[in-house]
Amino acid sequence: MSREVLLQARNLLVRRGGLQVLEVPALDLRAGEVLALMGPNGAGKTTLMLTLAGLLPPTGGELIFRQTSPRSREQQDALRRRMTMVFQDPLLLDATVAQNIATGLQLRGVRAAERQPQVEHWARRLGLGGLLDRSAHHLSGGEAQRTALARAFVLQPEVLFLDEPFSALDARSREGLIEDLGHILADTGTTTVLSTHDQSEAAQLAHRLAVMKEGRIVQLGGLREVMNHPEDPFVAAFVGMETLLKGQVVTCGEGLISVRLGKGAMDREVLAMGEAQPGQTVLVGVRPEHVALSLQTDNATSVRNAFPGAVTKVIPQGPFFKVELDCGFFLSAYVTGQSLSELGLQPGRRVVASFKATSVHLIRREGLDPQL
Amino acid sequence: MDLIWEGLRKALELLLRLDPEVLGITLLSLKVSGLATLLSVVLGLGLAVTVALNDFPGKRLVIALMNTGMGLPPVVVGLFVTVLLWRNGPFGFLGILYTPAAIILAQSIIATPIIAGLGLAALQHLPPGLRLQILALGATRTQLVWLLLKEARLPLLAAIMAGFGGVISEVGASIMVGGNLKGSTRVLTTATVMETSRGNFDVAFALSFLLLVLAFSVNALLTHLQQRSRRP
Repeated sequence: MSREVLLQARNLLVRRGGLQVLEVPALDLRAGEVLALMGPNGAGKTTLMLTLAGLLPPTGGELIFRQTSPRSREQQDALRRRMTMVFQDPLLLDATVAQNIATGLQLRGVRAAERQPQVEHWARRLGLGGLLDRSAHHLSGGEAQRTALARAFVLQPEVLFLDEPFSALDARSREGLIEDLGHILADTGTTTVLSTHDQSEAAQLAHRLAVMKEGRIVQLGGLREVMNHPEDPFVAAFVGMETLLKGQVVTCGEGLISVRLGKGAMDREVLAMGEAQPGQTVLVGVRPEHVALSLQTDNATSVRNAFPGAVTKVIPQGPFFKVELDCGFFLSAYVTGQSLSELGLQPGRRVVASFKATSVHLIRREGLDPQL
Repeated sequence: MDLIWEGLRKALELLLRLDPEVLGITLLSLKVSGLATLLSVVLGLGLAVTVALNDFPGKRLVIALMNTGMGLPPVVVGLFVTVLLWRNGPFGFLGILYTPAAIILAQSIIATPIIAGLGLAALQHLPPGLRLQILALGATRTQLVWLLLKEARLPLLAAIMAGFGGVISEVGASIMVGGNLKGSTRVLTTATVMETSRGNFDVAFALSFLLLVLAFSVNALLTHLQQRSRRP
């Protein structure tokens, strides 16, 4: 992606009550991209979005929109009007669905005759066609959040900020809304910043992913890049790389690294791709969706890592099941319901877990806690 | 019981006859308390919005003072306004003591904290994120205030009704700063007090009945404004 940079933040600093709650030296938002922000509560996701949206004046630093930095109050207000934000709470006004969707247009002085077709278009687009005259007080959670999204899209914002927009919804409304939102974002190419706790939401909607911790962005990159190659254990845990094992590089050659896992793991060895120094301490990370389970070892396979073990736990997770294994070390795998029954997976069941060397991610960092 | 029936009969007679003096007293009550309420809405809501939308040191103290002000005894207000407007007092030069203007001033001092206190509670009861959401939709500062007031219209109209109810029914301040002068500062409450003390219960009843009708009509109008926007 080499698209135009739309919004830039430089040396952004937010202090609140003497505490530094946000410090972002540089962030570039490219036109048309969807950037997901992940991180625990209090990591600064909302603060960053409010600041970028012009709703929270930063203690320090500046925003640059299309190469210009707004200086006066008027310029800042004008910039604020080119962006909009949807929060976790739909925050609808005490009015009808149609009046709610029209609010932003009305604030911009758009006449009723011009507002109406746009309001109807976005209501239809978000599946609210039959609810235009309904009071906002009589909407389900999903309908209310759809109204909030229609109210934002009708403004054709140059940047759209979505602050955990699906968190308060039940699983079914959430899935439908994420799908619809994905289509709308693809069609309109709206530049979007989305904060979420849910890695699958990020995976479905985002092009790039930033993981935040204590007011800072700890890793920012392409979605796959961050999910498959987290730079540190915090990011790894946050993006769903559930298996993280300490080990030591034994040999390295021809792009293949052999890592011996710690004593607790009965000195088993895992093969990974890349270069490393023998003797180096590393963390071995494997995503659960990259682990395959079978009942016996197939000798003729390209899979480099295969470990016999026993199922310890089966946890339903939406369309998948997460299976936790004891292979002498902890390993987790995602399987479908069909696999679950075909393999008879239940606690105590003996299976062979396998994953390719290319699916193994090594975290090599100076000063990695040896006790980890 | 006879006393009550006789009073009601007399009251009805006075009303049907459209007694000019009674009519004048009623209209003056409506004018004085209406203007005082209007003034209090401007001052009280202005204060409520300012406190609700801004953070400043001592905010809690200001809120505590506003809430205390909601219970200001009318006679205490009457006393202070009288002293201030007294011929030798700091505002004696205005020469408005014992005029309707003095009553409007005193009643505004009574109603402003009521409307400000209840108004602030109404605004603070709105969802905490609503202010940011409205700004995110592109509102200017003025549009923000307008939308917040509109969103809180139910409790705000209740606050206005409480303010009007407080001043239309008070007698202490009106009598002290107005003097209950016939044809000039005599309002329904002060006239009722006077007629009762003279033993003219029938006239007192008539005046009380008018006071109730007036309070009911104004509140019915405000209730209509308050409820018409409610949708099923």
